[in-house]
Amino acid sequence: MVYLTRLEHFNAAHKLYNPEWSREQNEAVFGVCANENWHGHNFDLYVTVKGEPDKDTGFICDVKVLSRIIREHIIEKLDHKNLNLDVDFMKGKMCSTENLAIGIWNELKPHIPAGAELHCIKLYETPRIYVEYFGE
Amino acid sequence: MDKRISVYRKEHFNAAHRLYNPAWDDARNLEVFGKCSYPNYHGHNYEIVVKLTGVPDPETGFVMDLKVLGDLVKKEVIAKFDHKNLNLDTPYFKNLNPTAENICLVIYEILRPLIHPDLDLQVRLYETERNFVEYPA
Repeated sequence: MVYLTRLEHFNAAHKLYNPEWSREQNEAVFGVCANENWHGHNFDLYVTVKGEPDKDTGFICDVKVLSRIIREHIIEKLDHKNLNLDVDFMKGKMCSTENLAIGIWNELKPHIPAGAELHCIKLYETPRIYVEYFGE
Repeated sequence: MDKRISVYRKEHFNAAHRLYNPAWDDARNLEVFGKCSYPNYHGHNYEIVVKLTGVPDPETGFVMDLKVLGDLVKKEVIAKFDHKNLNLDTPYFKNLNPTAENICLVIYEILRPLIHPDLDLQVRLYETERNFVEYPA
């Protein structure tokens, strides 16, 4: 079994804000991340697939194809967008990095090429903060 | 020792913005600024590098105490920009497009009066790992 990772990136605005709570409670829990007028990040997205290298190509999957799939289904929807307002698969969800990673997993999984299996979504919100989701 | 040397302090902030010229219509803004003009904002992890150049003080050996510089940058710049919407939440970009160029110039203007006049100041601003600007050029 070999693991293959493709790195893509996008820049987006968001805020952490629970609409069922008061403004004070949101600020108490989420601090500056609750800022009404949004803030933003340069997100780095690592998509890891696993599989056995094909005997004819030596590939688990063509990484250019994987890149195109990530760009088409994820980056197009997220890049230079407001994650709370503009992204269909985040509607009604708290816009945390955790939930975004799960959302990306669910969007990508049906599109992973045959022979490869989605293994991990690793999403960096800042160079110092990242989450990993393995579909568990 | 009267040799000039440069010292640097890095800080960072996360903010939302959009590039938009209110004198133009939406179509023209989209044509010029592309995705950066999307109405609901996007954002970046900005990194700033503040460079001071001068002769080290003979008593301390410092051009400037970098802890003091760090605290100054945090108080005067980071506290105003971090987790903010640069267009809406700061006074600097009410009539100024918050491009990396203009953000860098604003940071320079904020810091210049607060730094000893004998020291040269240069500000470098990273909007992404690949896009950065520097002033004075």
